[in-house]
Amino acid sequence: MPESAKATSAQALDTLRTIVVEGDLRQGSDADTVCGVAPELYAEPANETELARVLEYANREGILVAPCGGGTKLNWGNAPQIVDLKISTAKFNHIIEYAPGDMTVTVGSGLTIAQLQNALCDHRQRLALDPLWPERATVGGVIAANDSGSLRLRYGGVRDLIIGITVVLPDGTIAASGGKVVKNVAGYDLPKLMSGALGTLGIISRAVFRLHPLPEKSHTLNFSFLDRERANDFMLAITDSIVVPTGLQIRTASDGKIEVDVRIDGIAAGVAAQTETVCKLAGEANPAEPSGDPWRAREELWNSSRASAAICKLSMLPSQLSSTAEFVREGLSQNADWSLLMHSTGLAWLRIDATDSAQFADFISSLRVFLAPASGTAVVLQGPAALRQKIDVWGAAGNALPLMKRIKEQFDPRGILNRGRFVGGI
Amino acid sequence: MNPAFLKALRSLAGEGLITAREELRTYECDGLTNFRVVPLAVVLPSTAEQVQGIVRLCAQEHIAFVARGSGTGLSGGALPVEGGIVISLSRLNRVLNLDILNARVMVEPGVINAAVSQGVAPYGYFYAPDPSSQSVCSIGGNVAENSGGAHCLKYGFTTTHVLGLEVVLPDGSLVQLGGNTLDTPGYDLPGVFVGSEGTLGVTTKVMLRIVKRPEVIQTLLAAFDSTAAAGAAVSDIIASGVLPAAIEMMDNLAIQAAEAAVHAGYPNCGGLLLVELDGPAAEVEALIARVKEKCLHNRAWEIRVAQSEAERIVIWKGRKAAFAAMGRVSPNYIVQDGVIPRTALPQVMDEIVRLSAAAGLRVANVFHAGDGNLHPLVLYDRRIEGQEQDAEELSAEILRTCVRAGGSITGEHGVGNDKKMFMSEMFAEPDLQTMQLVRCAFDPDHISNPGKVFPRTPLCAERPGPYVPHPLEISGEAQFF
Repeated sequence: MPESAKATSAQALDTLRTIVVEGDLRQGSDADTVCGVAPELYAEPANETELARVLEYANREGILVAPCGGGTKLNWGNAPQIVDLKISTAKFNHIIEYAPGDMTVTVGSGLTIAQLQNALCDHRQRLALDPLWPERATVGGVIAANDSGSLRLRYGGVRDLIIGITVVLPDGTIAASGGKVVKNVAGYDLPKLMSGALGTLGIISRAVFRLHPLPEKSHTLNFSFLDRERANDFMLAITDSIVVPTGLQIRTASDGKIEVDVRIDGIAAGVAAQTETVCKLAGEANPAEPSGDPWRAREELWNSSRASAAICKLSMLPSQLSSTAEFVREGLSQNADWSLLMHSTGLAWLRIDATDSAQFADFISSLRVFLAPASGTAVVLQGPAALRQKIDVWGAAGNALPLMKRIKEQFDPRGILNRGRFVGGI
Repeated sequence: MNPAFLKALRSLAGEGLITAREELRTYECDGLTNFRVVPLAVVLPSTAEQVQGIVRLCAQEHIAFVARGSGTGLSGGALPVEGGIVISLSRLNRVLNLDILNARVMVEPGVINAAVSQGVAPYGYFYAPDPSSQSVCSIGGNVAENSGGAHCLKYGFTTTHVLGLEVVLPDGSLVQLGGNTLDTPGYDLPGVFVGSEGTLGVTTKVMLRIVKRPEVIQTLLAAFDSTAAAGAAVSDIIASGVLPAAIEMMDNLAIQAAEAAVHAGYPNCGGLLLVELDGPAAEVEALIARVKEKCLHNRAWEIRVAQSEAERIVIWKGRKAAFAAMGRVSPNYIVQDGVIPRTALPQVMDEIVRLSAAAGLRVANVFHAGDGNLHPLVLYDRRIEGQEQDAEELSAEILRTCVRAGGSITGEHGVGNDKKMFMSEMFAEPDLQTMQLVRCAFDPDHISNPGKVFPRTPLCAERPGPYVPHPLEISGEAQFF
């Protein structure tokens, strides 16, 4: 970076000091890196007005911005070329309005999921979403990254639970859409547009969610199988039965283990009856109490001993889970340790655990080809830089990419928000 | 009249082109009949390619088009545009694929809502969104309006059940939004397209999710002296952790009308609750007891549980016929569609009673009580001078009451032509301008159902393109970072 640039960065810092008065502002450090790129500056605006003014200034000057919540998923997406300014929503960490009787909550985007759930728990309610690392992941980050876990099966994902949103656009506009009621069709559904947009359209400052009651009883059953087909048939049989699980997954890995986890929630009588049905469907496989919490298995994938591991999110038809597992086994078993977590919704997470996962770029490409005919996808969430250089982490974007680019141009015409990090280089 | 344009349309649509004025009048309005515009022409394409050709032609000639399903909408969303054409999708009515194993069905937009459930019923599945017009309304129309229905309390709206779409964009390009799997990489375009009321393009295929039919369904009727008591029971039921498949409420006027129309056997009471639970038998059995207890606690004086599927159907028939039944008790009526936070129900009901008395007009109430979606029906007689206007004003004031209570101007009928001026009462100008950015990305020339949803046509001015460095930056005199 040329010397003159540093000088200008100092000027920007001076200007931003007049804007970020109540919030925090400092030089960026190595601790602030986004996909390995350190930002010049770091700002934590105290409120939406400060955030709007920071963005408006950045937009005017062409300062490239990386929004950030808890920082747990900053490595997702393409690596940025440059980050001038990282903007954190950490100070938006409060519940703005909680209406237990209406089962809705309005929250600042910087609140962590665990903080939110704790507050809701007092009224025996929850946000029926179990994203990764709830203790650190924030509401805004989870929305932007569209992260959902096992509860997706019964309650849907972020898009199905969010009913309102406020975003700050690059030009400083503070815009709300949706509302505070569960049922509402007034205007375009921007809460959904923002879910999974990876912060490329605006910075989320608050969100409104619909809530669900905490189940009176929750029971998880764990089954071990020797045969992958039988495990898969069991899962499909549950899906096609009268049982209404709130979690249903297969865990398999290169060590040959095949386990199925089923979670039944509800009132005691219902849980008991459904448990019985599940056990009947299991045939010879006997249920066991799970060791640890199998519903945090997604997080376990990231707890690899090797930072060089690659983790992909796969999406496919539920009927393809079994053949995909076989494809992975055949493609990887000779060369790498791997773990595969498959939800009955058709979402799955694959960890390829090798000293150099970059050598598996070809395998990921062939997996994409395998999944593509039924519109399945494979997105690389984590991987070493060498892997990211070899393949596009998002894969093919489809024929709506020009439309997506037009949306980006409307919301962020100068391309200052997370430039280049999203699908198709958006 | 543009003869060259019509000739080109005819070459695209063949006999599926209507230009005779008398025939065009069939299409002059949708379910909201007080707005009427006769279109220039109506085209009835049979394939997605024909739709694409028609839209491309409209884009070239800069002629507005309005896509239309069955025309049952209640907000004037399918109202034709002066000088524009109507694209009726009723001939795109094929079920393209039933994938029971994956609980997916691919349909064309003209397929009727109820036909989807009928088609998958033999396999033990159903399609959850069930607007009251489900026996005639089309999936394409449901997509445009993000239709709900009584059971969306538990199962969600159309948008919950649409995984992917094939659409013709207003520039004539045919694109896939989403897919048949979850979380397709990229922006959630089905999320923003569903409920956009025909302003972002024309749907030509829809990938729907279907739901496994629950083991049992139990439907309970409870009679209360007032809607306030019934409303309190709703709050208690929800607070006890029960998520019913549906909770509907009707007031006395609505009950009388429904009784006159379909003889559902409703008790003659001040507030009637219809609660439906579904799921595994053991759970439903325990929870229905809990619902009964909450109703009794709030002084319900009659509780009836449907003992057979036939009884259940009769109970629902009364509710679903409630709007049309108003013709039995009043020569004319306005159907309103507002939403309030559930807990504001008693206060808003009081306000509606007060407004109704002040206007000297009767208001019947039918609501999806579980999610606070009110359908007040303002009764009037058009033959009495000034009464129609009074009714419209009362209906508008009820809507404002909903907004003041923290609710919405529409829960399921859409904004359309009817409520576009109310958008400014619910949203601030920057909110509306931000929504218009989406419109400008999809339809910069405003030819797809123009003049609907928003109070003003956006100016999709040339936004600055991707960042271009200032000459001083290039020369190194002024550099940023």
